[in-house]
Amino acid sequence: MSILHTVNKSPLDRTTLKSCLNLAVKGASVLLIEDGVYGAVSGAESTQMVQDAMGDVAVYVLGPDLKARGVDESRLIDGVKVVDYDGFVDLTTDNDTVSAWV
Amino acid sequence: MSNVKKFMYINNKAPYGTIYAWESLEVVLIGAAFDQDVSLMFTGDGVYQLMKGQDTKEVGIKNFSPTYAALGDYDINKIYVEKESLDARGLTVDDLMHLVWEDEDEDWAEKDSIKVVTSAELAEILDQQDVVLSF
Repeated sequence: MSILHTVNKSPLDRTTLKSCLNLAVKGASVLLIEDGVYGAVSGAESTQMVQDAMGDVAVYVLGPDLKARGVDESRLIDGVKVVDYDGFVDLTTDNDTVSAWV
Repeated sequence: MSNVKKFMYINNKAPYGTIYAWESLEVVLIGAAFDQDVSLMFTGDGVYQLMKGQDTKEVGIKNFSPTYAALGDYDINKIYVEKESLDARGLTVDDLMHLVWEDEDEDWAEKDSIKVVTSAELAEILDQQDVVLSF
């Protein structure tokens, strides 16, 4: 069984990313969307938590939501993969379950 | 007797994820017509509202960030950004839009509107306000 977690809230405003990462098991995927994309940046208070999780889970971020917020891809934590809407659909179909953290 | 009051608008939320940032800007612009003493503060995720390079084409929502550049034309030139909030997000003032106003008392010299201040300084500024509106 594989699971895709989506997180749409900023990690410095809400605890959903933390909760998600605590429950994401090895092999899970985490897709950051909407205000959740701020969780993908380096140099922030949330960065370490995400880096620690990346040993076990794959972290993705939705490119259009990054662009909307003026977050350049050069700011991203190494290893975070940027996907577009087609990539979002692929992640959804490639996994057995989607858990939307809202 | 002066009817001018000190208005502070607190902006504490990221843009686009909720409507608060856009609504705040609307209220600020409407309020600007009443010749009050207006200040804006950006704290927490609110600092993300001022990020430069916002491009919303692919998400299909209005990019309202260029509107902040118009604030100077409405004599809104006290834009306080909390330093601690920038630090927590790995940001500096260079990551923000360059907002300016023209000082008519100094031959329309162009001056920066954004002032990066500490929490302690912001607390003092907030303490001096007559009206505080939080978004």
